[in-house]
Amino acid sequence: MQELLQNLLNGIAVGAIYALIALGYTMVYGILKLINFAHGDVFMLGAFVGYYSGNWAAAHVDQQHPATYLVAGGIMLLAMVLCGAFGYLNERIAYRPLRNSPRIASLITAIGVSFFLEYGGQLVFGPDPKFFPTLTPKHIVHLGGIVTTNYQIIVLVVAVAFMALLQYIIYGTKFGRAMRAVSYNFEIASLMGIPVDRVISTTFVIGSSLAAVAGILFGLSYPKIDPLMGIMPGLKAFIAAVLGGIGNVPGAMVGGLMIGIIEAFVGGSRFSNFRDAIAFVILIAILLFRPSGLFGKYEAEKV
Amino acid sequence: MRKLIFLGFVAVLSLALTGCPPKGETGSTKTADTAAGGDILIGEYSSLTGLQGTFGTSTHQGIIMAADEVNAAGGINGRKVKIITEDDQSKPEEAATAVSKLISQNSVVAVLGEVASSASLAAAPICQSNKVPMITPSSTNPEVTKKGDYIFRMCFTDDTQGPAMADYTAKTEGIKTAAILTDVKNDYSVFLGRDFDRRFTEDGGKIVAHASYSNGDSDFRAQLTSIKPSNPQILWVPGYYTDVGQIAQQARDLGITAPLVGGDGWVSPTLIQIGGKALEGCYYANHYSQDDPAPVVRNFVDKYKQRFGAKPDAMAALAYDAMHVLADSMKRAKKLDGPTLRDAIAATKGYAGVTGTITLGPDRNPIGKKIVVEEIKNGQLTVKATFQPQANTGAATATH
Repeated sequence: MQELLQNLLNGIAVGAIYALIALGYTMVYGILKLINFAHGDVFMLGAFVGYYSGNWAAAHVDQQHPATYLVAGGIMLLAMVLCGAFGYLNERIAYRPLRNSPRIASLITAIGVSFFLEYGGQLVFGPDPKFFPTLTPKHIVHLGGIVTTNYQIIVLVVAVAFMALLQYIIYGTKFGRAMRAVSYNFEIASLMGIPVDRVISTTFVIGSSLAAVAGILFGLSYPKIDPLMGIMPGLKAFIAAVLGGIGNVPGAMVGGLMIGIIEAFVGGSRFSNFRDAIAFVILIAILLFRPSGLFGKYEAEKV
Repeated sequence: MRKLIFLGFVAVLSLALTGCPPKGETGSTKTADTAAGGDILIGEYSSLTGLQGTFGTSTHQGIIMAADEVNAAGGINGRKVKIITEDDQSKPEEAATAVSKLISQNSVVAVLGEVASSASLAAAPICQSNKVPMITPSSTNPEVTKKGDYIFRMCFTDDTQGPAMADYTAKTEGIKTAAILTDVKNDYSVFLGRDFDRRFTEDGGKIVAHASYSNGDSDFRAQLTSIKPSNPQILWVPGYYTDVGQIAQQARDLGITAPLVGGDGWVSPTLIQIGGKALEGCYYANHYSQDDPAPVVRNFVDKYKQRFGAKPDAMAALAYDAMHVLADSMKRAKKLDGPTLRDAIAATKGYAGVTGTITLGPDRNPIGKKIVVEEIKNGQLTVKATFQPQANTGAATATH
């Protein structure tokens, strides 16, 4: 029982990170019908911003001082801003010129941007793994029978907070309504006076900043980072988005959590070496039996 | 304008793509005729970048230091040696490409490398079929030298290392229960896991849990969670340093306090940097100790420190020995063609190296190398024990 709960907790912690990345995939798909394969690499960029600024902070701020939490927040904000800016440029330079071309052109461009980031990252950051600094003091927490760290709790709280914020933006603000309209049909939306370009750009900015948050949280929990680190989590988050029904925001969250939990249980079983394979088995099964995903995109409002 | 921006972007992208594979070459002048009296070309393939970057870096530094010493002392019968280095990015498939290139394009007379057994196993058949002698400084998987009679090794093998560590933990440390966590993507790790399992059980110990991961994983919590309830006294983790450091951290996060025990895959200057306090009390098998008072070791350690600013780890020491053994064999060989050089290397006897006296046996492995057990204490490596493992007995070699 204890083991079950422990695995569940581990799974939720990884799943929350997948969910944050999956949101970026699903939002962009919802609006542009484009699978932004570079998204996993934006996640990597976020982790590297955290790595460099975190190391700088570690040299200047004493971690025992309460201000360290503020600094950690600042690092996350910085990563969000930089990745958001990258997301904006990415859309502006690489995708917008191709918006009226056949969809396959944007898809190939997305793969190109992804390679650009992966190999450009190897050139700039170096291909060796780096070790993410501890941004705040780390200690072990006992919750009933299960053992965890304050980091896992921080990861969960931050991830859930950002997902809640996103829900609010989409369903509670005027901008969110514009986003939903654009996702419904962007030509008609533009006839209604919605600034389509701005909405799309903002969607990219939001998606990329969420990926940056995921990158920082990932670095905190699994401190080994390298320029190719975005590939696997990116693919798994993509699968999570498909599992939840691509284009569906709550679906991406549930899909991410499910992939994380399933992986944790497979990893803890006798079949631990199939952990990476299981996500792809799920992808195949979903595509065969329920291509629209768990939350079938015709039922829920998509974004 | 829009088109221009896009074109610019494509140009940058294509530049970045074509410009990326790192070239570790130090001038690849194509010398087809090496017997003509120019420099003697020796190929090195190393994991200079990638997941096991420190393995390759240490090895490379050991090799060039030895090569410079050989050249400073007059070279090989008046000819200088020149090392041509290829980076395999810690990937076995790249190792095969690198070695093919060294042999076919650079026409090297001998090849040095690798640390990772997976990489050596990929490259060895290529050296064998081209009749170019290869010395692996630090691949411990027994299969490597079985690839053919042109493949040599400088270190002990896993069928020595695994059982020796099982004996050491069971008999000397009195450990009764152990859990095993192996890297399924790594020939080295799988083999060591199996060998430890067998011997530890023979010694009366009990393996209470088995789990596995894949090289490069970040999350080991699930596996560790499944190990925890069985409450082992030690965790046998015969993986590589990057993973081991993280496994230790996550094990401590989950409240597992048992020490981790491993093999020479742990050897790296960054091991403690990655694992930190979580590695306190953990120990592993090593090839030599940096603090060995023997003059040959002191001389090597001092010179290395002076040149590279860090203490040499075992990978550097073994690579240094490999280069010197190769040079020594070249001096003894009448010609430098494959078969003659091969015979000269095979005849190496009583060479006084940093990692012990090197005599190559009929299976092209060194005979009677010592195992040094190093423990992490207060963030420092300390020698816990040094012993002579039992020679490769029939029982140990007949396990696969």
